[in-house]
Amino acid sequence: MEDFFTALSQHAFLQTAVATAMLASIGCGVMGTYVVVKRIAFIAGGIAHSVLGGMGAALYFGFEPLHGALPAAIAAALLIGWVRLHWHAQEDTLISALWAIGMAVGVLFIAKAPGYQADLMSYLFGNILLVPSESLWLMVTLDLVLLVIVAAYHRQFLAVVFDEEFARLRGVPVGFFYLLLLVLVAVTVVLLIQVVGLILVLALLTLPAAVAGHYVHSLGRMMLIATLLGAVLSITGLALSYGPDLPVGPTIILLVGGVYILSAMLTQFLERRRARLAAAQGARQGAAVE
Amino acid sequence: MSPVIDIRSLNFAYGRVPTLSGIDLQVAEGEFLGIVGPNAGGKSTLLKLILGLLQPQSGSIRVLDCAASAASRLLGYVPQYPSFPRDFPVTVEQVVQLGRLSLDQNGRQRDGKWHALWPGRVSSTDRRAVHRALAEVEAGDISKRQIGSLSGGQLQRVLLARALVGEPRILILDEPTANIDQRMESEIFDLLKALNTRMSILVVSHDVAFISRYVSRVACVNQTLVCHNTDAIDGHVIQEVYGQHVRMIAHGH
Repeated sequence: MEDFFTALSQHAFLQTAVATAMLASIGCGVMGTYVVVKRIAFIAGGIAHSVLGGMGAALYFGFEPLHGALPAAIAAALLIGWVRLHWHAQEDTLISALWAIGMAVGVLFIAKAPGYQADLMSYLFGNILLVPSESLWLMVTLDLVLLVIVAAYHRQFLAVVFDEEFARLRGVPVGFFYLLLLVLVAVTVVLLIQVVGLILVLALLTLPAAVAGHYVHSLGRMMLIATLLGAVLSITGLALSYGPDLPVGPTIILLVGGVYILSAMLTQFLERRRARLAAAQGARQGAAVE
Repeated sequence: MSPVIDIRSLNFAYGRVPTLSGIDLQVAEGEFLGIVGPNAGGKSTLLKLILGLLQPQSGSIRVLDCAASAASRLLGYVPQYPSFPRDFPVTVEQVVQLGRLSLDQNGRQRDGKWHALWPGRVSSTDRRAVHRALAEVEAGDISKRQIGSLSGGQLQRVLLARALVGEPRILILDEPTANIDQRMESEIFDLLKALNTRMSILVVSHDVAFISRYVSRVACVNQTLVCHNTDAIDGHVIQEVYGQHVRMIAHGH
């Protein structure tokens, strides 16, 4: 760990990596909270994995893969959202089909990409150490767009996430805000792909928010705690992986997953204990009455 | 004066199954209408058509002189089952605030083409209205509670407050007392009776005998719709709606 902090003060690529982790955490905390409470992790997974199609296409046609990721993520979000809104039958099957088709298209494009054979692994599992510092500006912009939209429409988002039918009756255009929410999830996926790659993105998107949900009970607080947790855990993962030269993405995910499982167990334990104490208290009161 | 709800020769089917056939119903301003009928007879479907959540295959449905889907913001709706997960991290106050979504800071309905895209802030008018609505349903003391911690009766009151806070002209309730005990049932209907002085009310119930003490007219829905004035309800009518084999208990009003 000490090595890491010494190296951090010397190497620009490590400073970029830490900045990437922090910027990604904002999206992870804010949109992850919506994904967790709306229970759309499966939809988010579909969006994340179909992004490979866009990255592959960009590579094939000679663009920067990340520039293909953003439009692909948004297209996947709109397509999957449309399926969810208008195609009620077999929604889960259709989403898994889009999930797999997106990946298949990506792998084919990457296999046939001319010239330099790209490293598939780095798209699938990410490499935060290779993020170019120019990407930071793109990430700052995406974070700002996301925060401005969520700040402006948090009531509409709450209405749609909490109770779609009631939102529709209050005149909220549910379809529009649902798709907007998925597009913002797509933007977040692109931010997080730089940190952990598209296979592991789902864990980083949902687990910090789920841990926050164990302890706080409002969307705003969940967002704040999940953002801080995401930042702390991904930077810790980066630091832990640095000394023994481990791949960063999987290290971060193991850390996040471990924290989630411990937290879920702790919550369960505390709840049982509370129930036991309440039952004991009830029994004492009952005895006192007799 | 034109009726607040005007339904003419309406037909509705889910897939190939006809659910409602040849429905005619006019509800006058200030009316307290009970809707009864057997399970799967189309009561909730009729409410969803009035709310504009479903479109009829044929026939017309006008609510407050508009198409049903355009009028939904002027209605208050209390669903039979809450359509949200009970463990959602949200307080009673925040839930009721959602009922103010289409209103501006002066409490007027927003209109214009882009009204729905107006970024939302909760104004002080909204806060006062939420406070008032919760007080009206006697739930002022639980405004800071998580919805997951409420009992069935408390949740029902909160859903009623959410419907009232938007100052509806018509209040529509689907089996509001299905999951709560009888004492609470009377309390809720007494409250509805008081609300009836300022808005029209439609309430679906399975208990004809109970609601006939409160409502002015009963609509019996079993694919078709027949209306009865409350004083004309007897065993014959009940059997006509529910078919044979109805257990009845005589009761005096």
